[in-house]
Amino acid sequence: MSGNRQVTSAASRWRAPVLFLILAALFFAEGTFRNAMFSGSWNISLAILNMGLISAITALGLNMQWGYAGLFNVGVVGFLALGGLAPVLIALPPVEGAWGAGGMRIIAALVTGIGSLALASLVWRRGRGKVGALATAGVLVLGFFLFRWVFDPAVAAIEANQSARYGNIGGLGWPVLLSWPIGGLFAAAAAWAVGKVALGLRSDYLAIATLGIGEIIVAVLKNEEWLARGVKNITSIPRPVPYEIELQRNPDFQSFANSWSTSAAEASGIWVKLCYMSLFLVVLLAIILLAELALKSPWGRMMRAIRDNETAAEAMGKDVTARHLQVFIIGCGVIGMAGAMMITLDGLMAPTSYNPLRYTFLIWVMVIIGGSGNNWGAVLGAVLIWFLWIKVEVWGPELIGLLTAPMPAGAVKDHLLDSAPHMRFIAMGMILLLVLRFAPRGLLPER
Amino acid sequence: MDILNALVAFLNFVFIPAASYGAQLALGALGVTLIYGILRFSNFAHGDTMAFGTAIVIILTWGLQGLGVNLGPLPTALLALPLGIALTALLVLGTDRVVYRFYRVNKSAPIIMVMASVGVMFVMNGLTRLLIGVDDQIFTDGARFVIDVRSFRDWSGLDEGLALRTTQVLTLVVAVLVVWALFRFLNRTKSGKAMRAYSDNEDLALLSGIEPERVVRITWIIAAALMVIAGTLYGLDKSFGPFNYFQMLLPIFASAIVGGLGNPVGAIAGGFLVAFSEVAVTYPWRKIVGYLAPDWQPDGLLQLLSTEYKFAVSFMILIAVLLFRPTGLFRGKSV
Repeated sequence: MSGNRQVTSAASRWRAPVLFLILAALFFAEGTFRNAMFSGSWNISLAILNMGLISAITALGLNMQWGYAGLFNVGVVGFLALGGLAPVLIALPPVEGAWGAGGMRIIAALVTGIGSLALASLVWRRGRGKVGALATAGVLVLGFFLFRWVFDPAVAAIEANQSARYGNIGGLGWPVLLSWPIGGLFAAAAAWAVGKVALGLRSDYLAIATLGIGEIIVAVLKNEEWLARGVKNITSIPRPVPYEIELQRNPDFQSFANSWSTSAAEASGIWVKLCYMSLFLVVLLAIILLAELALKSPWGRMMRAIRDNETAAEAMGKDVTARHLQVFIIGCGVIGMAGAMMITLDGLMAPTSYNPLRYTFLIWVMVIIGGSGNNWGAVLGAVLIWFLWIKVEVWGPELIGLLTAPMPAGAVKDHLLDSAPHMRFIAMGMILLLVLRFAPRGLLPER
Repeated sequence: MDILNALVAFLNFVFIPAASYGAQLALGALGVTLIYGILRFSNFAHGDTMAFGTAIVIILTWGLQGLGVNLGPLPTALLALPLGIALTALLVLGTDRVVYRFYRVNKSAPIIMVMASVGVMFVMNGLTRLLIGVDDQIFTDGARFVIDVRSFRDWSGLDEGLALRTTQVLTLVVAVLVVWALFRFLNRTKSGKAMRAYSDNEDLALLSGIEPERVVRITWIIAAALMVIAGTLYGLDKSFGPFNYFQMLLPIFASAIVGGLGNPVGAIAGGFLVAFSEVAVTYPWRKIVGYLAPDWQPDGLLQLLSTEYKFAVSFMILIAVLLFRPTGLFRGKSV
């Protein structure tokens, strides 16, 4: 984060490759060795890696905001969830009768809502003094009631339509891969709205505003059943890769699995995960390439100059707030894309699973530990921390079990054993505090 | 008669719940605003430290209940409160010593302190889980109601009942006492004046010989007391859920910002403003309107937003203040 550069020494040149090799070795060990520490299953190893790659893309988005511009976004969970809405609305097959029941009316309601907000801001800018403020408030109140008047019947109609199976607006039936960039657009639009309000004020105001928008987006997903069935969840989101069961039935694949001397069931799982991994890697590398090009361009140098000294940048005639808004929107777009990818991987949209500790603050730990301002650092930190997050849940109880083995059976021992899975929260907090204090530039410092 | 019924319904469903919730928010926001004024960062660990302090109080309460100690009609938790505050204060002073002091001495950017508070938040969250688990706990005992619905109906002869829970009265009384003591401390004692001077202008305070570390220590102790009291009152009033307190972070911050960060009077006003708006916006007004205008039969519940969107209310207030008066209603610290 700090702006002072260090001379690149021979050690630091080898640092990134060595650390990535260690990371690869961890995943290799997880896939090959079966002992107290590792599961010895490539299915598990690849599953962790896939989620790690999605975390890496999320961390890249956050790194653009924090590492390039010093913006403190604690609403990652919201933008991730909003991106996750895209596969539901884009890729699911349409629900019969849903659009007829109230689709147009919903769109009319949204147009009314946005229109009244725009009108209110226009009135506010044109109006003067008390009259202007009163007129703005009047427009907002009228707009709200008009919105509800158009919106509520449409929601009731859509939710009544085949409510046991659907009760939601349904998708467009487009390819699921298309939903990834669209998820990014959803999140970027929300970021524009938040950034317009909260940027340009003191830095912790943005933090608190994003904390709020994160909670609200998750609340909307939980409650608006017409959108994505709320807490009833959406399952069976179409996949961009083959299904395991189809592979297992395919005789060619069976003989292919036999040639590797594994069962078709295991091989199909690995094959599907490898397909996902390739897709995610393509996206990840494309984002890194673009991000690195941007960082090395005049635009990137300007962003870092603004981050390191806002006053000086402003004196040079740079519009700091506009540049901040720009990078905030881009970063949130990347996070939204990761959200869409996550829902595609899970095949399930479950709004209750969006927990800020896991989806906001853990991503922060990843960025800080990887090295803020360094894209490869964000990737390294994300995959490493995700691996540890999953494995500490396994290692914690084993470690406690080992430590408490000599203890007599009793309430204290039981309590310690029960609480061992919670150790990972303390472990993550400790790691964050230690890195922040003793190695604030992270594992891979910014060049 | 209908007007009286409407008034009772209003008191029962809007005014009393909002007042006690507002008092809890005000105590939380006071802690945030004091830490902001003296240490100059937004403490994201506030919610989880509240949860941890409350967890200590609950465990002490269980101990006392096991010994057969109680306060009669009042909850036993009140007896456990002082020791809970002391333990939490020790813990908070410890985190200041090992975490925040380094950044303070090095004059790091406030955002780095916020980041460190995120680390502390993780640790506190884990400690709370270790201490008390992840389930909801109900630890209130003693008399449940000061006024209950049935006896109020019998006494008044109205259709509407009025319930006033012990915990609600207790919340308001304790909050008033705490705020009175705090303001007396800030305005009358030497340490309190030192704190205000340090908050207003650090350099001038140092010039006048105020010892900064002492001011910081006092701030943490007061903040810990406010956190544990607010957390315990909230836990008594609703129920203790280890994750509810993280969710209180947004309304608490909203209250502190609305009032003006760093301004104690503002934090109290902000707490009540946020609480009353939340309850008023999410309450279905149909019943009260039915009493006042019996001829008008509206279709809906006359609820502006469903209860799940109560966060949206604090958020909207926050946005409105940020847009139109970024220093808050009571002129807190500059932007």
